[in-house]
Amino acid sequence: MTDNNNNRKMAFICSKGNLDMAYPALIMGWAALGNGIDVTLFFTFWGLDLIRESRVDHLEIPPVANTSMKMTMMGIPGDNLGIPNFMGALPGMTAFATTLMKKKMDDLEVPPVREYMQMLVDAGANLYGCKMSVDMMNLTMDDFIPGVKDIVTASEFMDLTEDAQVIFI
Amino acid sequence: MIEQVTLNVLEGIDFDDEGYMTDPNAWTVEIAEALAAHEGISLTESHWNVIEFCRQRATESGSAPTLRQITKGSGVSTKELFALFPKGPAKKVAKISGLGKPEGCV
Repeated sequence: MTDNNNNRKMAFICSKGNLDMAYPALIMGWAALGNGIDVTLFFTFWGLDLIRESRVDHLEIPPVANTSMKMTMMGIPGDNLGIPNFMGALPGMTAFATTLMKKKMDDLEVPPVREYMQMLVDAGANLYGCKMSVDMMNLTMDDFIPGVKDIVTASEFMDLTEDAQVIFI
Repeated sequence: MIEQVTLNVLEGIDFDDEGYMTDPNAWTVEIAEALAAHEGISLTESHWNVIEFCRQRATESGSAPTLRQITKGSGVSTKELFALFPKGPAKKVAKISGLGKPEGCV
């Protein structure tokens, strides 16, 4: 009758700071919480941008060197026609692609990253920053959004995620 | 004693493999109380607000609302919702409300 999955735990290692790479952990983490699974998120290297107060609202998606981003995105027909790198490098292209993605997400009623992160925190997810990355970037807890519990070492992360299924993003 | 009462109320009610009622129209307040007891939840007014919202929403849309649809639509915060129905609120409240499994990622 119940599907509590009482002891199931999942941990997501977020290592990327691009807008498109912010969502996998948010969507899967939210789904996990919705299924009664314990969730931990560990932010390392560029992934720290997802919890940085000054950056979380300014994540971007660059069309350069992104072979999956096609011209159809801009309304130009041709399913498999890529955006040439020289075009992607034009001023404003990253901003354009970012605006477009944000709109698509909004159309699907997917919340922006800051709000989504808060939802996960409110639902009980544990958020941690990676000590080495934090030191390398000269950050402190004050640089992070509310809800981040601590800055921990890789070794501490291992202890925190004992018995968890770990997903690297 | 409680078990016996619960069994009587749920007698003749059909559930799918995952424990969701197959016919939302067969749902009653007593069934909700029995199902909640199975989940270890004792229903308060706050629980009933969420249940009524979900039943209403399902009548309009044809399916049980997702987590965010509940928080956005009912005004109950995420924190409160997870406190009322711990470990998977949308699925739990759908079960207790006699609705099918909520579909959607957010």
